[in-house]
Amino acid sequence: MKVEGVKLIREDGLRHDGRRPEDLRPIRMEVGVLSNADGSALVEFGRTRVLAAVYGPREPPQKFMLLPDRAILRVRYHMAPFSTSDRKSPAPSRREIELSKVIREALEPIVLTKQFPRTAIDVFIEVLQADGGTRTTGVTAASLALADAGIPMKALVGGVAVGKVEGVLVLDIDEVEDSMGEADMPVAGAPDLGLITLLQLNGVMTEEEFQKALDMAWDAIRRIVDMEKEVLRWKYNVGGDSK
Amino acid sequence: MSVTPFRLPVVASLRKEAIEELLARGLRIDGVRDPFTPRNVRVELGVVEKAEGSALVKLGNTQVMAGVKMDVGAPFRDTPDQGVLTVHAEFVPLASPLFEPGPPDENAIELARVVDRSLREVGAVDLGQLVIRPGDKVWVVWIDLYILDHDGNLFDASMLAAMAALLDARMPYYEEIETGDVIVDHGVKTEEKLPIRHRVVTVTVAKIGRNLAVDPNFEEESVSDVRLVYALDESGRIVGIQKSGEGALKREEVLRALEMAKRAAPVYFKALEEALTPAGPGASG
Repeated sequence: MKVEGVKLIREDGLRHDGRRPEDLRPIRMEVGVLSNADGSALVEFGRTRVLAAVYGPREPPQKFMLLPDRAILRVRYHMAPFSTSDRKSPAPSRREIELSKVIREALEPIVLTKQFPRTAIDVFIEVLQADGGTRTTGVTAASLALADAGIPMKALVGGVAVGKVEGVLVLDIDEVEDSMGEADMPVAGAPDLGLITLLQLNGVMTEEEFQKALDMAWDAIRRIVDMEKEVLRWKYNVGGDSK
Repeated sequence: MSVTPFRLPVVASLRKEAIEELLARGLRIDGVRDPFTPRNVRVELGVVEKAEGSALVKLGNTQVMAGVKMDVGAPFRDTPDQGVLTVHAEFVPLASPLFEPGPPDENAIELARVVDRSLREVGAVDLGQLVIRPGDKVWVVWIDLYILDHDGNLFDASMLAAMAALLDARMPYYEEIETGDVIVDHGVKTEEKLPIRHRVVTVTVAKIGRNLAVDPNFEEESVSDVRLVYALDESGRIVGIQKSGEGALKREEVLRALEMAKRAAPVYFKALEEALTPAGPGASG
């Protein structure tokens, strides 16, 4: 999407949507939103809206698809045809194939797969509306859905993208900032373990910018994971409906 | 859908321990190099005469060929004043017992997309100069990566092969005819090079046990659970990053890997320069 005439950093130093460079968009998280799935979550960052569902541990669909000492993870990141301005073909694109891998590899380090040998744990992520940061929102939704499914995990993961627009590092970029900016750096990790589980950079940064962007992302991921914990506590302790 | 690999090469645990213990002492399983040094690297240009540009990269025993083909086509709707760059990778089954014939899997797609982004984001090829008639006819540059022998670190070898093939490329002869169509004669190469603005390499750093090492060979990759790929241009700017693999990294490891990548990058730039220098060991024939 190209939007002409949008000033990404306004004269007052705020971003095109009125946020400061270090601000997240309004975030909404909800768990247990689907009846069939073993665990599910809906996560919104601004207009980005992502649904995740977990099935399993269960028998893998094909017998040969197993590991004797652990569960396999099967992860699909997929965008709904109506999630974008131009209709997205429902067939998996090369981008979606890559992101499915990158998201699986963001979850592998934290799921205790060794507790369920010879099984499959399936994570299905559907982007219902894409407005930037869909992969990191997907990781966040997957983390909540795994917890909601009662899958043992070492820690919760969360994700956010830091961008560079008009030379300024900005947190949690939306689609306009992503498509017109100079860099997009999605990061995901488990703050409780001090581990980064997803890191990509599309764009150009100096070493100093990269370090600062990493710190901005890390600080935000702490806050995002704290929100995840709060949502799960509310759901399971304080007046939440039991599943 | 991405699935945890369930057909992995089996590495004996003794061998794994040996690799990890050597690395803890600053040594490598494949002989005389330290954690900071890539394997011997050699770039050969012009290996396929029918391609507009081509290169063969040997990084240790890993071999990757890259071919550049060019054609006239339509620009993308949102970039009418830019040529088109496309990167594609084939994990050819002759390269490894792990590769099966068939459409590119997630690893081949990831590799191609990382190379593509590393070239695109910094504007390594000036696509604005590859326009014949804005909005209508532009040059389409295809980079096809062909993995011929897989002994680890396909990212660095592929990036180097792509960059070398782009630098080797010469525009094919073309002319506009009365109907407004453009005819390209792929049999005739001009002297005109592609507009290359930046040279880019990637340096892959693997975490093996508790230690980091650049340019892992296949055996090292098999016992490593996470790799970080840094794309760097000649001025040391970071022009792409990809974490790949099932493991995770601490912040300090991410930054230490960057320092290692910056230290190793000149080795790849030098191999590129040597290939391009006439009468050099890898000069095109």
